[in-house]
Amino acid sequence: MEIDEVKEKNLQKQLRKESLKKNWNLFSQSKLGMIGLGIVSLFLILALLQPFLFLTGIWSESIYHPVVGYDQIVEKKLVVECPKEFPTPKYQTYADCPAEGEVQKKMLYLAKDVEVGDMYDVYLQPAPPSRKHILGTDSLGRDVFSQIMEGSQVAFVLGLLSATLGVGISTILGTIAAFFGGRIDAYLMRQSDLVLMLPTLPLLFIISAFAELKIWHLAVVLGVLGGLGGSVITIKSQALQVKVKPFVDSARITGGSQRKIMFSHVLPNVAPLALLFMVFSVTGAIASESVLSFLGLLNIDMSWGLMIYLSQTDGFIFSGLEYWWLILPAGLSVTFLAGGFYLVGRGLDDVFNPRLRKR
Amino acid sequence: MAKDILVVDNLNMHYETLEGNVMAVNNVTFSVKEGESFGLVGESGCGKSSVASTLLQLQSDNAVISSGSIKLDNQELVGMSESDLRKVRWNDISIVFQGAMNAWNPVIKIGEQIREAIREHHPSNTKKENTQKISELFKIVGLDDSIMDRYPHELSGGMKQRAVIALALSCDPKIVIADEPTTALDVVIQDQILKEIKKVQELLGLSLIYISHDIAVIAEMTDNMAVMYAGSIVEKGPTASIFSNPRHAYTRLLLESTPSVVGEKKKLRALDGEPPSLINGLEGCAFSPRCPDPSEDCSKGNLNMELIEVEDGHWADQCCVNCG
Amino acid sequence: MDNVIEVNNLIKNFDVSKGFFSRNKSLVKAVDGISFSIPKGESLGLVGQSGCGKTTTARALCLLDPKTSGDVKFYNPEADEMQNLDDLNEEQVKQFRRNTQMIFQDPYESLNPRWTIKDIILEPLNIHNIGSLENRTEAVVEILKTVGLTPPENYLPRYPHELSGGQRQRVSIARSLIMNPKFVICDEPTSMLDVSIRISIMDLMLDLAKDLQVSYLYITHDLAVARYMCNRIAVMFNGKIVEIAKTEDLLSNPIHPYTKRLISSIPVPDPKYTREKYEINFDELDEIISNNTENLPMVDVGNEHFVATHDVKDLLI
Repeated sequence: MEIDEVKEKNLQKQLRKESLKKNWNLFSQSKLGMIGLGIVSLFLILALLQPFLFLTGIWSESIYHPVVGYDQIVEKKLVVECPKEFPTPKYQTYADCPAEGEVQKKMLYLAKDVEVGDMYDVYLQPAPPSRKHILGTDSLGRDVFSQIMEGSQVAFVLGLLSATLGVGISTILGTIAAFFGGRIDAYLMRQSDLVLMLPTLPLLFIISAFAELKIWHLAVVLGVLGGLGGSVITIKSQALQVKVKPFVDSARITGGSQRKIMFSHVLPNVAPLALLFMVFSVTGAIASESVLSFLGLLNIDMSWGLMIYLSQTDGFIFSGLEYWWLILPAGLSVTFLAGGFYLVGRGLDDVFNPRLRKR
Repeated sequence: MAKDILVVDNLNMHYETLEGNVMAVNNVTFSVKEGESFGLVGESGCGKSSVASTLLQLQSDNAVISSGSIKLDNQELVGMSESDLRKVRWNDISIVFQGAMNAWNPVIKIGEQIREAIREHHPSNTKKENTQKISELFKIVGLDDSIMDRYPHELSGGMKQRAVIALALSCDPKIVIADEPTTALDVVIQDQILKEIKKVQELLGLSLIYISHDIAVIAEMTDNMAVMYAGSIVEKGPTASIFSNPRHAYTRLLLESTPSVVGEKKKLRALDGEPPSLINGLEGCAFSPRCPDPSEDCSKGNLNMELIEVEDGHWADQCCVNCG
Repeated sequence: MDNVIEVNNLIKNFDVSKGFFSRNKSLVKAVDGISFSIPKGESLGLVGQSGCGKTTTARALCLLDPKTSGDVKFYNPEADEMQNLDDLNEEQVKQFRRNTQMIFQDPYESLNPRWTIKDIILEPLNIHNIGSLENRTEAVVEILKTVGLTPPENYLPRYPHELSGGQRQRVSIARSLIMNPKFVICDEPTSMLDVSIRISIMDLMLDLAKDLQVSYLYITHDLAVARYMCNRIAVMFNGKIVEIAKTEDLLSNPIHPYTKRLISSIPVPDPKYTREKYEINFDELDEIISNNTENLPMVDVGNEHFVATHDVKDLLI
């Protein structure tokens, strides 16, 4: 009657380790998955780096805070007045005036007592990248790199929250539909159809018109919408497949109740598919957020979409690549992180779907 | 003296996988004469299906033939180019696969699929000639001509299986491999199919390689046989001789663990454990961990695994012969 | 007669009428009125080809799918009486579930891949709240030893995919027998296992039947296996039982043409044996079989041997 419990626990630990290692090997076989993981890890580090920098004092909040920081970049420039006709001995063409380190007098209409020939302190906002600010500053003097990191935090929180919520809802609904069939199933399927038909973005516009959307609110809305949509149907079909397996019959014969069978037997077997969905829906969430805040519909302090929104309202978007640090970092971040999650999902697909494996 | 249609000599094949090389076929040697029926028996994982696919050079991408030869009517198949192999396949050697009933394309009529096979090898035949040929084949296997115009889903399991046999015979091969053709069928239908196969074989003078895990079927269907375990042949020879005088421990156990409906009800011997992993090859006797009466030498490993002749044409692993 | 189960005219029909508005109700009579009983401690083999209704029977007897009609009585050891399936209250249904179990055919699909072996075998005890938590774990360890999975601690934390087919079936057996049921339905438990492993599983089941006084309803398409495992065999065809007799009697003295045909179709592992025992013209047999498909009463031909037919003399060729 006595068994070696210590041996059992050790074996358990060993088996867990082996199984993790095996899954990791499978995942690492997929190049796409590894690239995706690399990207996501990079952004995760960025997200966690910012509070670390603030806490340790490497960065001073007054300068580097993404929302309320402010840094004065000042450059002394020579005040000149541009001639009306060209060429002149100093300037060849119209584009040469004012030259580097010069500023036109008429641009300084707010300044008093400035004469041509003076050295004037010009506040450069937005400032190009420099040693102090790796990605420069925006038009309000806030460090862009810090903003990227803040946006990364927002993206992660939003993405994971909405994905978890959505997957939780769709898994439970899908399993219920598979299990109870009949009218409940019919209702849930029609509900899914309805939600599928609704275009997400316009719906979000309408919602934002009625309610002030903060990040948490957006996460809930996206989660609920995602959870009630097409994934219910897929999860239901998976649950149906599991439902007819002999081990479910075995549980019924043993005397298990409907509820117990649903949650302890069917749900865990549907979970891998649900996890896959979750990873893919993060992509959508990040993209949706950036669109919404680009259109100024969200009430958030800082996010990547908001960065682009601000640069648009300040008129820098169509200035070509002259103010690239206001647009490119944010845009690329959205693309890369959303894409990164998608690639992780593809890698996970290889782990969960043995049929796709090459060997 | 009938000539050898198929001579397999020291065939070695392995699969390359993430975990290492799975040595699926080790030093397999056997031959099949014209008109002879040869059985290959063993359990799952013993390598018999690998042998079948290797004979037709239809293995999966990660399979590698490391050495050995397969001579079909004195033509060497190993190393042959793909285009030459395509001429050989079906024309000289064909196969009835396991689960062959699912080998039919569900959206094409049966007759058309068989015609396609014939066209591949005899492109000059007219449609009428082909239809005539199929009709003859159907008569042999006991199918009605109307089956030619039916879709696979309209046929029962037994009918589909007979059609598969007709497909395998469509190009008049010299030798047919049947890889567990009746596993999924009811015993009554299996009986009918086996009778058909035997009839066809006698009628056409075909050679047949019958692969199965069911020794009862092998006993009824074959003249000569080989027993495989963990990728190697452990015993081979005339069927009658092997059944009456099994020399290898595994063969003995196989015979003693099959219940029968006739004869006295006897207590059967059980076999514990599982077949060994074939990764990276095995040393010595692969069966020794499960052998009920191992001798001292068996468990040592490093044995010279060779087949020696026990009686006329009957070969068995020398270590087991010595154990007695 | 101390029976563990008595089945009388069990019928299970499936409604396959097509279309929403169809008037015609087409019925598939999967089980068309079968009757049998199994004495305590004995085993009955239910033999037939695929589609004959044996699995449907099993599912109906386990209350997995509701039967269409028929009388099924089970022995309830707690009440020490035969109880009709239709009359069970909630408490009695629970008792029924403790006393009736099923072992499935597919070792790969009959264990939940996400549960450990320990949880799988513990589940019945947890559902029925048997014993204390410590007792339950001890019981699991004991039964693992009984089915030959030793040392038990090697198996408790593992998942099904880490075990071989034979080991998985042993786990299924352990799980089914841990509550000491009196009646176990076995749905071809060895047909998906390697030939050399089948005997060890079958021997295990025979030993357990003797030690624990369990009765089996052993469903199989393989007469040879039924012969090895059962005292009596019932032959099923097209939803009906056509013949039922003691095992050796059935094999040496089959009366119904379908039984004869079945026996004569089985290959024998002896190359010298020629299956000419029943020189039956199969076409004639087919005719007799298809003519004999209405509900025929079972005729007693002596020695507890029953055959479904109007006139026995017809068949005693």
